[in-house]
Amino acid sequence: QKIQEDLNKQLFDNLVNFLRRSHSEFQDNTAEWTCRMKSREIPTAALILGVNVTDHDLTFRSLSEVLLNNVTPYVALLEAKDCPGIKNLIQKLMGQLMNCYIDVDSLEDEDSVQVSQNRIRCSMTSLVNWYENVIKKTDSETPSKKKPSSSRHWQSPPVVVVFKDLESFTTKVLQDFIVISSQHIRELPLVLIFGIATSPMIIHSLLPHSVSSLLCIELFQSLSCKEHLSTIIDKLLLTPQFPFKLGEKVLQVLLNIFLYHDFSVQNFIKGFQLCVVEHFYCQPLSVLCCQLADSKKRVNSLSHDQCENIRRLPSFRRYVERQASEKQVALLTADNFLKETIQKLLEELHVYHENYVLVLRCLHVFTSSLPKYPLGKQIRELHCACLENQVWETEEYESSLQLARMLNKSDLVTMLQQCVEIFVSSSGKEFDKTVEKLEKFLTQFQKLEAEAFQEQDVSVSSQKELQKKTDLYHLQKTLLELKESRRSKKLTKFEMLRFEVVDYIDSLVRNYLVPADHKTLHEIVYFNTASVLRGHLNAAPRIALHTALNNPYCYLKNQALKSDGGNISNKAPDICIAYKLHLECGRLINLVDWLEAFSTVVTAAEGPNADAASSDQVDDIIHARFIRAVSELELLGFIKPSKQKTDHVARLTWGGC
Amino acid sequence: MPVLEHPAYPAATLLRLENLVPCRESQVSMLLSIFGERQQFSFPSIFIYGHTSSGKTYVIQTLLNTLQLPHVFVNCVEYFTSRLLLEEILIQLQSCSSETEQTSPVPCDTFNDFVRLFKQAVASRELQDQTLYIVLDRAEQLREMEANILPAFLRLQELTDRNVTVILLSEIVWELFRPTTGCFEPFTLYFPDYSIGHLQKILSQNHPPEYSADFYAAYINILLGVFYMVCRDLKELQHLAVLNFSKYCEPVVRGEANERDTRKLWKNIEPHLKKAMQTVYLREISSSQWERLQRDDGEPGQLKGLSAHTHVELPYYSKFLLIAAYLASYNPVRTDKRFFLKHHGKIRKTNFMKKHEKTSNHLLGPKPFPLDRLLAILYSIVDNRIAPTANIFSQITSLVTLQLLAIVGHNDQLDGPRYKCAVSLDFIRAVAR
Repeated sequence: QKIQEDLNKQLFDNLVNFLRRSHSEFQDNTAEWTCRMKSREIPTAALILGVNVTDHDLTFRSLSEVLLNNVTPYVALLEAKDCPGIKNLIQKLMGQLMNCYIDVDSLEDEDSVQVSQNRIRCSMTSLVNWYENVIKKTDSETPSKKKPSSSRHWQSPPVVVVFKDLESFTTKVLQDFIVISSQHIRELPLVLIFGIATSPMIIHSLLPHSVSSLLCIELFQSLSCKEHLSTIIDKLLLTPQFPFKLGEKVLQVLLNIFLYHDFSVQNFIKGFQLCVVEHFYCQPLSVLCCQLADSKKRVNSLSHDQCENIRRLPSFRRYVERQASEKQVALLTADNFLKETIQKLLEELHVYHENYVLVLRCLHVFTSSLPKYPLGKQIRELHCACLENQVWETEEYESSLQLARMLNKSDLVTMLQQCVEIFVSSSGKEFDKTVEKLEKFLTQFQKLEAEAFQEQDVSVSSQKELQKKTDLYHLQKTLLELKESRRSKKLTKFEMLRFEVVDYIDSLVRNYLVPADHKTLHEIVYFNTASVLRGHLNAAPRIALHTALNNPYCYLKNQALKSDGGNISNKAPDICIAYKLHLECGRLINLVDWLEAFSTVVTAAEGPNADAASSDQVDDIIHARFIRAVSELELLGFIKPSKQKTDHVARLTWGGC
Repeated sequence: MPVLEHPAYPAATLLRLENLVPCRESQVSMLLSIFGERQQFSFPSIFIYGHTSSGKTYVIQTLLNTLQLPHVFVNCVEYFTSRLLLEEILIQLQSCSSETEQTSPVPCDTFNDFVRLFKQAVASRELQDQTLYIVLDRAEQLREMEANILPAFLRLQELTDRNVTVILLSEIVWELFRPTTGCFEPFTLYFPDYSIGHLQKILSQNHPPEYSADFYAAYINILLGVFYMVCRDLKELQHLAVLNFSKYCEPVVRGEANERDTRKLWKNIEPHLKKAMQTVYLREISSSQWERLQRDDGEPGQLKGLSAHTHVELPYYSKFLLIAAYLASYNPVRTDKRFFLKHHGKIRKTNFMKKHEKTSNHLLGPKPFPLDRLLAILYSIVDNRIAPTANIFSQITSLVTLQLLAIVGHNDQLDGPRYKCAVSLDFIRAVAR
């Protein structure tokens, strides 16, 4: 669907922007490195990327894109699995460089001849020769036609070699490569980029000092994946522009997978996309899940069946029950009236989302600075809490409000200012009043401050007066008075204001942070079936195999196979029978016993005439079936032939231990 | 009085050579006497060894260049297969013999071909009456090529019947080279390490033109005083000297001290050099960063070195997996029941015994363990239940690619893969926190 394409585009934009940010510093530095070419050190960038290996591919792809566009036409990406030896490495490197060279200059015949000639001798010298040729050629071409493209690059663009996964390279290959290239650094401006997943100490453990002294390493840390995730959540879930929303449980599942398992933003996005697909596939009313203007049009073209579908929605029923009786009838019978109401309701929902996000951010400003983070440090935790149920009824909310009542003034003022910024940045008219109110609070605070200053002045002056007086008793009395007045007046004023602010925030929360389940028609835009998602994303191969073999009805849907569990039916596939029988055995299974049991089960239902024929001799066909089932089990990895005892097989699964 | 004397070469060239190779006079004169005159047959192969940066390559190169002897210089690391090596030698021969005709490189797969082509190449040259030198740098790589390469190079003179000398340069002694059969003993020559006096002399030789030689020599003296304890590598010292010299000159440039005021300069530079020893020498921060730091004169605190970023962020279950792997690697199997079962038997073993056992296990290094044991330990150390989903298994493989775990045995063995924990106790402590 087109919405999904939009989503993809938006995501990749996000990613690329994110990468730009993290690599902009890096580009600045490449410029500087070229000045250092004179020394024998190879400039090297160590890029720490975090452990989410699955994301790295995309990162490197966009990195090389950026490099190609802005820095140099010569970029080679190397992976450890392609380079088991130094020979393969250099071959790969040359292949990539020369190909990209062909891409850059429109290829001519002599070029390709050159390339094929060079491929015979894959060594560094030929690479150097090639590089000199290319530079000469581009130099001669610059005046004629290639001005715009080559002005972006420098006179001698560096050759960038990216090692995608430094950890997996063998030490010998890396050492040799570095030693060789350090000998040619004068002729061939080489820049290495190491992609490091764990920690930069790995460089020291991979390379001895004599080799690492040839490198000039600078460290670059990319943003941690957690921050990356929160930017994505910010941009995707917490914007009113994007119509599709995730329910609380689904979001929880996705976040759990992210935090507990892989730290992979890529997988998070894929899960999100799966949600989108699932939602549009399962929910017939998801046609209305689009931008507000579109959805109005679509509401008008709804068919009668779809209207019935809407009437069946639980949230809509609740809404109908709340209406007056004649309106109820109209809603349930007249399609046109229904459509009008739907439009109204959708609009309400949209407005609700806009307000929701704003107030959520506002509340986040408050709660994120409280000690111990009763409502979570990240906005996503707060979001989950708000989606789950009415947030103001939870204990955590209570405690956070109590903590908020004890904030000091400067914090409070900065928070209020942030809130005002948030509200002002949105264009909604609804919050004009809130902004006014908040600003009033701010001015009050400022006034308070001014008053405090004045009072201090007053107290200073009164102290001066005091110094004139010599009477000890009077002095004591006035001092006490002063102290008392100061405490009672000033603090109460501030405290009252503080209470007011907190109460106001509380009222905002109560108004706008109603969980989405309470809204009419929330089913249209919210995807809430977490169990489906969990089934799709949390693959459990062992469990799936076990159910398939133990309960074949689950997959085959054959009525005859429906069983109560305990007994072993003879209609099940042979492999299932063999599997169930082997579950009852110990670590080592006697094949003869197994075959006996198998044939008993298989022939059990075939009546007395059958067992008369094969009383002690096992039927050949059954024998063959049994052997096939056993070999299938072996293929699946449940058993393996054992050498400890003849005619026995060893169990490999848990039950044997 | 010139140290080097040889009847075949003019005295002026020898003097120039002597200036270029300080502290290596005895070795050079030895080599010259072996080489003899241009047309004389020399020793068929010479083996030169010495520690890192004792000037082997440099001395040979300058010797051959200044005396203008015909030679071929090849680095064995760069030409990593025998074919590449032989072809490279032939190409260099062609280019140095006749500049006029550029023949395309000839394929040369075996040493037999090489001998044939080599004869052709030498025969076509006009310098037939001179000794040709083939220098093989980093010759220890030759041992990893085909078995016949090294003996054949040693006997090249005999095989080709031409006036040729092969010089092998290496960092290891000849005894480690000696092939079993068909070996011709080369003439071995040892280059000893430079002493501190030698280093001083060599380093002071290339002083920058703006400053006097004495000034630079004083600087080198200070530098050596700080670094000589940890580093005797000439290249590395040179690198450090260049990096830190601008800082040393700073007071002079500002006019606070003159060039003779060594004591003041020493006070200024010493803490700086100590810092350099901790950072630049270990390559914690790169030299360009160091230079920038010097320019800004900022605190080094904001520039963290490589080892500062030791912390690794891991997903929740990966941490547990890693801890479980560590436990599985360093605890013997028989203690599993005691440690991880809820209702284990009596645990009152002597504490001393356990301590003893543990240290020895850590000294022995990690032991391999099967996948099932890893999962069993994982289930017992994680509080809540976890399903054995594909995510867990894929995490194990990703830990392997990160080299935190190592797979033992063959990769293609599907049933019962065995792993090893590849991280240290400190790392596990950091993760477990």
